[in-house]
Amino acid sequence: MREIQASDVTQTVRRLCVEANCRLPEDMRACIARSRDEEAWPIARDILDRIIENYEIADRDCVPICQDTGMACVFLEIGQDAHVNGDLAEAVHEGVRQGYADGYLRKSVVADPLRRVNTGDNTPAMIYYEIVPGDRLKITVAPKGFGSENMSRIAMLRPSDGEDGVKDFVVRCAEEAGPNPCPPIVIGVGIGGTFDRAALLAKKALMRPVDVRSDDPYYAAMEAELLARVNALGIGPQGFGGKTTALAVNILACPTHIAGLPVAVNINCHVTRHQSEVL
Amino acid sequence: MKVLHTPLSREDARALRCGESCLITGTIYTARDAAHKRLCELAAKGEPLPFDIEGAIIYFVGPTPAKPGQVIGSAGPTTSYRMDAYSPALIALGQTGMIGKGKRGEAVVDAMRRYGAVYLGAIGGLGALLGKCVKKAEVIAYPDLGAEAVRRLEVENFPVVVVIDSEGNNLYELGRRAYLEQQ
Repeated sequence: MREIQASDVTQTVRRLCVEANCRLPEDMRACIARSRDEEAWPIARDILDRIIENYEIADRDCVPICQDTGMACVFLEIGQDAHVNGDLAEAVHEGVRQGYADGYLRKSVVADPLRRVNTGDNTPAMIYYEIVPGDRLKITVAPKGFGSENMSRIAMLRPSDGEDGVKDFVVRCAEEAGPNPCPPIVIGVGIGGTFDRAALLAKKALMRPVDVRSDDPYYAAMEAELLARVNALGIGPQGFGGKTTALAVNILACPTHIAGLPVAVNINCHVTRHQSEVL
Repeated sequence: MKVLHTPLSREDARALRCGESCLITGTIYTARDAAHKRLCELAAKGEPLPFDIEGAIIYFVGPTPAKPGQVIGSAGPTTSYRMDAYSPALIALGQTGMIGKGKRGEAVVDAMRRYGAVYLGAIGGLGALLGKCVKKAEVIAYPDLGAEAVRRLEVENFPVVVVIDSEGNNLYELGRRAYLEQQ
């Protein structure tokens, strides 16, 4: 049994909150830069130029790329041979508390969805626990902005709706979202499982780098086809027209019931942020 | 590029055309969901608002806290449709400009046509860049709302594009159509 100190968890979460919000990952930068070079529509090119300028300023000045510094989604992959000394959940919340205060990040969480009083420190984090083999603890912090989260959808399709039903649903989500989620977007798709599992898969799909395709050739082909279909909609950056509506479609699938075909679409904006560290 | 000064008269708002790029220099006010709710509650009771609504441009934004030496933190637009329930009442009172991003409902566009107001788009996700156009920032109402408090901002050359003009022309529809037609 390997011991991990709760205080190390707090310090790591604290640092990842700030890094994720101020520094766009390399895969996103490369993808946006390439999309800019391939974009022929003038207003779309101008917007992509501004987006590049913005994330470069954020990195240089260590300021948030976007003012919506999100709800802190924290994925914990806990090795079954690791033991955390202390309260793991509280260690994560404390890391978020410190990161959002010290990093001058926005506090965007209300304590209750209807009574809506801000908690003042961006806690609680949304924590996802997964027990995995080994004795390490992998922490991923993914601040989730709600302009894009609000455009996410789930559908319980019929098995007879099949592949075409799934594809049409994904394209329809992107079209109905239009300019609202700050395109160019990244589309996470979860297919299968249960109602809740499909949603979680869609969120986890957004953690995969945009330049990595599914390791299942069937879904890799579907990702490419869906990206082409979404980019043929003409919505473009910010919805003012253009080719670059989406940067990537990432799909995760898992077994499901003989009677079901759940599909969830979780949308991210062009500020798709996540940082990981292994303790 | 056209420069917009504040307050923005109804006449000036009506002169703006869908797709026009503009730079705003002057005083604008911030408000998002929670502040809009309070402003409309005041208006419904006939009580004065915390700022002069006549010719006002309201920016839908909740900035990040300013770091030492900064005027304001990152400050890009939030999605505007959440303000659709409130904007018509404020336009009726004299508001002539809204800065946000994303679609608007028909009731908002009707109020814009009727009274003369314009919906301006700032680029979403450009918080670091847009924050630099803010030269002065002061909380003038609802400090308990934190990021959602109403702020008076002095901006210089704040870049926007006319997304919906006072005749209801919509860049989201026209821009997309123009792109698809040339394909």
